[in-house]
Amino acid sequence: MRLLTALLIGLVFGLGIAISGMINPAKVLNFFDLAGTWDPSLAFVMGGALAVAIPGYRLVLARPAPAFEPRFQLPDTRVIDRRLVLGSATFGVGWGIAGFCPGGALPAIGTGDPAVFLFLAALIGGLFVARALQACSPARKPA
Amino acid sequence: METAFTPWASLGGGALIGLAAVLLMALHGRILGATGILSGLFRLDDLSDRRLRAALLVGMAAGPLVYLMATGQMPVIDLPISNLAVVVGGLIVGIGVSYGGGCTSGHGVCGNARFSRRSMVATVCFMATAFATVFVLRHVVGA
Repeated sequence: MRLLTALLIGLVFGLGIAISGMINPAKVLNFFDLAGTWDPSLAFVMGGALAVAIPGYRLVLARPAPAFEPRFQLPDTRVIDRRLVLGSATFGVGWGIAGFCPGGALPAIGTGDPAVFLFLAALIGGLFVARALQACSPARKPA
Repeated sequence: METAFTPWASLGGGALIGLAAVLLMALHGRILGATGILSGLFRLDDLSDRRLRAALLVGMAAGPLVYLMATGQMPVIDLPISNLAVVVGGLIVGIGVSYGGGCTSGHGVCGNARFSRRSMVATVCFMATAFATVFVLRHVVGA
């Protein structure tokens, strides 16, 4: 049951990515190209997602616990540090180069497009590079 | 390369993305972030957690196939960039989301929907550098 609901939730997300156009790097890159072939569609994707998620989270998080788990797992760090700022800024550079973000690329696996696998292989490589770098440098105290 | 402005499809697709985030929180008590799903698949500590992430991933990848069944065509993926740019972009995205602790789905939708200051800062950072990167690549380097 837990795995079935997770599968269906993944499907809703994947359909949303496909229908919204987030799955298409050309469309994503055009959103960022204010000075050129600008396509404002992605602002509507974010708007639609937040219009549902803000009231939805409010209702859900007012409950004592989720349906299948003893408690909600929410990030408990509140620190705004260089790691967050520089990491996110770095992500934006890669997003601006390739036009895929992780949430766009995972559903895109289903299209079988070879470029998606190329992107994901590099992305996974990047995750491991970051893990190796973090293992070498002093980590933030565990929260 | 121009892409069509699709306000309604993008709004509707975005609403599905938001719905998926709310459902995952309501049932499983978790943030729906593509970075977390992907990096969690390569951890060896929590097996039941990995199964949940794998189920989400399979559901996501099924998105384009259900789209195909409903509309008769695969969602469009156009990459107006070289394979080298796909790899470089993917690597940078992987490193960035690892340090930044999330991407467009985790910070941009889920974090912002619960008014997390960390996520708001992250979103401003990655949007700013994505706009700047596309401007530089298309209008400075590529001009």
